[in-house]
Amino acid sequence: MIGRREHVTRAPDELRPYSRRLLEVDDLATHFTTPRGKVRAVDGVSFALERGRTLGLVGESGSGKSVLSRSIMGLLPGNVERQGSVAFEDHRLDQMGPAELRSFWGTQIAMVFQDPMTSLNPVMRIGRQITEPLRFHLGMDRREAEKMALALLASVNIPEPGRRLRQYPHELSGGMRQRVVIAIALACGPKLLFADEPTTALDVTVQSQILDLLRTQQRERDMAMVLVTHDLGVVAGHTDEVAVMYAGQIVEQAPTRTLFASMRMPYTAALLQSIPRLANASHTRLDVIAGRPPDLLDPPRGCRFAPRCPYAQDRCREEPPPLQEADEPGHVYRCWFPVGTERGQEALERNLAAPVPQGVDG
Amino acid sequence: MPEPDQVAPVAIRARRRTLGVPGKLAVGWLLLVVIAALLAPVLPLDDPNDPVGSIARQGPGTDGHVLGGDGLGRDLFSRLVWGARASLLLSVSAVILGIVIGGFLGLVAGYFRGRFDTLFVGLFDVLLSFPQLILALTLVTVLATGEGVSSTRRMVVLVFALGVVSIPVLGRIARANTLTWSQREFVLAARAMGARHRSIMFGEVLPNVLPAMFSIALLGIAVVIVAEGGLSLLGVGVRLPTPSWGNIIAEGRSELRDAPHVVLAPTVAIFLTVLALNYLGDVVRSRLDVRESAL
Amino acid sequence: MAGSGTAHLRPAEATLLRLENLDVEFPAGGGKRVSAVADVSIDVAPGETLGLVGESGCGKSTTARAIMQLPPPTRGKVVFDGEDLTALDGERLRAVRPRFQIVFQDPISSLNPRRKVGDIVGAPLKIWDRGSEAERRARVDEVLEAVGLDPDTARDKRPHEFSGGQCQRICIARALVLDPKLVICDEPVSALDVSVQAQILNLLEDLKDRYGLTLVFITHDLAVVKNVSDRVAVMYLGKICEVAPPDRLYAEPAHPYTAALLESIPVPDPAAPVRKAGLAAGELPSPLSPPSGCRFRTRCPRAQDRCAAEEPQIRLVAEGQYVACHFPLVADEPLPIKGSQ
Repeated sequence: MIGRREHVTRAPDELRPYSRRLLEVDDLATHFTTPRGKVRAVDGVSFALERGRTLGLVGESGSGKSVLSRSIMGLLPGNVERQGSVAFEDHRLDQMGPAELRSFWGTQIAMVFQDPMTSLNPVMRIGRQITEPLRFHLGMDRREAEKMALALLASVNIPEPGRRLRQYPHELSGGMRQRVVIAIALACGPKLLFADEPTTALDVTVQSQILDLLRTQQRERDMAMVLVTHDLGVVAGHTDEVAVMYAGQIVEQAPTRTLFASMRMPYTAALLQSIPRLANASHTRLDVIAGRPPDLLDPPRGCRFAPRCPYAQDRCREEPPPLQEADEPGHVYRCWFPVGTERGQEALERNLAAPVPQGVDG
Repeated sequence: MPEPDQVAPVAIRARRRTLGVPGKLAVGWLLLVVIAALLAPVLPLDDPNDPVGSIARQGPGTDGHVLGGDGLGRDLFSRLVWGARASLLLSVSAVILGIVIGGFLGLVAGYFRGRFDTLFVGLFDVLLSFPQLILALTLVTVLATGEGVSSTRRMVVLVFALGVVSIPVLGRIARANTLTWSQREFVLAARAMGARHRSIMFGEVLPNVLPAMFSIALLGIAVVIVAEGGLSLLGVGVRLPTPSWGNIIAEGRSELRDAPHVVLAPTVAIFLTVLALNYLGDVVRSRLDVRESAL
Repeated sequence: MAGSGTAHLRPAEATLLRLENLDVEFPAGGGKRVSAVADVSIDVAPGETLGLVGESGCGKSTTARAIMQLPPPTRGKVVFDGEDLTALDGERLRAVRPRFQIVFQDPISSLNPRRKVGDIVGAPLKIWDRGSEAERRARVDEVLEAVGLDPDTARDKRPHEFSGGQCQRICIARALVLDPKLVICDEPVSALDVSVQAQILNLLEDLKDRYGLTLVFITHDLAVVKNVSDRVAVMYLGKICEVAPPDRLYAEPAHPYTAALLESIPVPDPAAPVRKAGLAAGELPSPLSPPSGCRFRTRCPRAQDRCAAEEPQIRLVAEGQYVACHFPLVADEPLPIKGSQ
C-alpha cells in the first residue's frame, strides 16, 4: 500500500474496477540547475496515497518536502529537471504541459499554503476570490456561485459569512484567512489536497481548530490529503501515515502509530528526542542532532544522514541504504543499523566506545 | 516560525560573479570614454577650436581627420573627445550633487521619520515640480548669460540646475531604502547596545543604502547627458566654443543636410554611453538584490 | 483575564528587574489607541530565567521592547539593578545599556549583511571604547568560542555565509560581549529548525551558567518555555494571566487560558487522547476594543457575569502560583451553577 515500487498495469477504463488509489509517485526526482551545479532537492521519492487517507510529510528546511508537493502538482519554475512519474488516477501528471495541468488544479488537486496573507489577493474581496474558481471551473453563474461561497464559508466555521464575503483579506485575522484559503481550495471539491505547513504561521489555539477543520472536511468529502509539516506533534494527531524526509529522500515511512511506536531510522528518533516535551521537567538537557543538513549540490556518497548519525558505521558512509521493509506492515525505512535492532545497538555501542568527532554545530 | 522550505533556494543564491559579454562591452565603452575624456589634454589631438577651412563639412577620413570637420572646419573627432570631457564632468557633478544632498536628506528622512520625513518629502515634491529644462533655462539665462561670463561659471550654474532635479530623485531612493533598512533588527540591536543615532545612520544604514543609490546614479548620469543635449538645443548648454556632445549636435543641426556626420557622431556617442550606463545600472541593481539572501 | 495587581512581586531588593504597572499604548489611526500591554507587573531575581509565554497579540514582545526602552513604555516603571530606566534619559540611559542586552527572533535580520562577523560582535566594544585593539579582539574571540563558533574561520566572514542557527549564535555572542547582567531573548528559536532549536536552547543554558546571566525568555512555544524557565508568566491580550514555576504550571494550571493553551499543543504521541479544541473557542478579540473586565472572558468556558463587570486582580492560589481570575481552576470555591457569559 505504501512506498513500494510496483509495476502498475493500465487496464482500459471500462474494465478497471473502482480503485481507492488516487496518487502514485514513482521515483520522483527534482533537480534545480544553478550556476553552482545541480541541486538535488528531491532525489528518488516513491509513495502512494488512497482516497480518504492523510499522509504526513515531515522534514526540516532543506529536506525537500515543499519542493516535493509542488513538484507533484507541477508548480515549479523553469530551471527544473524532473524524472520519475506522478500518476493521479491513471493520468500521468509529469507528462502534461501547463495547459493540461490547469484543468486539474483547483478542481481535482488543490493546495493550501503556509502564509494566508500572501495566498490571498490583498486587493480583491473575499467573496470574489471564492466565486472566481467556481465560475471558472464549474461554470456557475454569479448567484449560484455566491450561494455556494456562503455555504463554503459556513462549512469552514467562519462566523457571519455574509459579511465576510464583502471584506478584504487584511480585515480578517490570520486564522480566518487560513479558513478562507481552505474554503477556496475546497470550493470545487478536489480529490486531493496538499496542505503545506498550513498552521505554522498561526497561534497554537487556532492551529488545532484549523487542523480539526481539515480533518473533518477530508472525511466528509472522502478526500486524500498530504500534510506537509516540520512538527511531529501535528503529524501524530492528524495523519494516517507518516513519511519522514531528509535531504531529498524519504528515510522512513509507516502508519502513524507504528512510526512513533517503533521508529527505525536514527534521524526520526533523533528528531523526536530533540523536541522539548511538556512531559519533561524544566531544565531537562535536550538531545541535539549535531551538525547540519548536507549540501544538496553534492550529497554524501553513502547514507545522507551518516555524518550526523550516532549509529553510523563505515558501511553507512560507503553504501547508500535502500528502502527496506520492517516487520510491521506498511513500514519502510532506509538504514543499515536501525534503531531498536541488535545490529543497531551494537553499532551505537561501538561508536560510543570510540568517539568519532561529529560535524560542526549548526 | 521555522523557515519553510524555499522552493528553489539555491537557484537564487550564487549568481555568476563575472559580467556577461554585454556587460564587458558596456564597461569597455565607458572606460574608453572616461579615459579619453581625462587624457584629452595630453592626447595627440587637433585643436578643437581651430578651424581649418579645408575640412569644413567634409566627412570622415578627409585629410587624415578621423571624423572629418564640422561646419566651421574644426576637427570633429577632437571636438568629440573634448566634448566627452565636458558632458561627463557636467553629468557626474550634477549627480554627485544629487547624491550628497539628496542622499543625506533622504537618509535622515527615512531614519528619523516623523517631522523630518514630512519636511523633506515636501521639499522633494517641490523640487520635482520644477520642470527641469525650464528651470535650467531660467537659471542659466539669469545667472550665466551675457558678455564676460566664463564657461566655468556657466558650467557651475548648469551643474547646479541639473543637480537640483536629481536631488529629489536620489533623495527618494535613499529615503525608501533607508525606511526598509531601518526596520531591520540590526538597527534596533545597535540602539540596544548604546550606539548613537549618528553612528547608526552612517555606519550601519548608509552602507546598505549606497548600492541602490549607486545604480540609480548611473542611470542619472545618462539622463543628465541627454538633458544637456536638450539645453544645448535651446542655446543654454555648455558655452561655446567649449564643446560638449550636446552643443556639437546643436551646432551641427543647421548643417544636417550637407554634413550629417556632425550630428551623427555625438548622437552615436551619447546613445552608446547611455545604453552602457543603463545596462550597468540594471546589472548593479540585480547583483545587489542577490547578495543579501542568506540560507 | 485582566492581570492587574502586584501581589506576585517580590521585595525589590531581591530582584534584578522589576516591571511595575507597565502600560504600552500605540496610536492606531483615527485617533484610537491600542493598548498592547496593560498594567503588567513582573519581576526577575538574579540568576533566574523568567519565561514569558503567550500567543500573537499578547504583548510579550512589546513588553520586551518596553524593558529595553525601545521605545519607552507609556506608563509604569522598569527598575533594573536598582535604577528606574523610565526615569533616565539620553546619556544616562545609554550608560546603563551595556548591562542589559537583547537577542531577537530573526537572526538574519539582526545582522548587518555588509559587515564582517568579527566587526559585528566587536561593535559594542568599540562604541564603549573598552580595552585596546588587542584586548577587544581577544574578547570577541572568547565569546565566539563560547557560542560554539571557531573564531578564526568566523571572524572574517559575512552573515550570509552562515546558517540560521549559526547567525543566532553570532547574535548571542554580540549580546554577551559587553558582559551584561540581563539578557532578554525575544523568541530566539522560533525562526529555527527543530534540530537547531535544541542546540541553541542547550547553548543558552550553558552560557547562563558560565556567565551568571539572568534571562527573560519570550516565546509562544509552551514546551520550550517549560524547558528553559525557572518561573513562567502567561500573557493574553496585554495582560498577565498566571505566574508560576513551570512544573507546577503545567501540571496544574490555574487559569483557564493556560489550560486551553496546554490542551491545544500537539503532542508527538499518537497514543495520546485526542482532545477537543473547543476549550478556547473563537478568535482573539480586537486589541482596539478589548473586552471589559477580564479580557479572556469571550473565549472562556468558565466565564460568569462577574467576569464582564470586574477585572480580576492577581492573587496567590497555591505555593508560588499566582493567577488573575475570578474562577481559577485550583480555587476552593466551586464554579457557580448559573454558568452564563
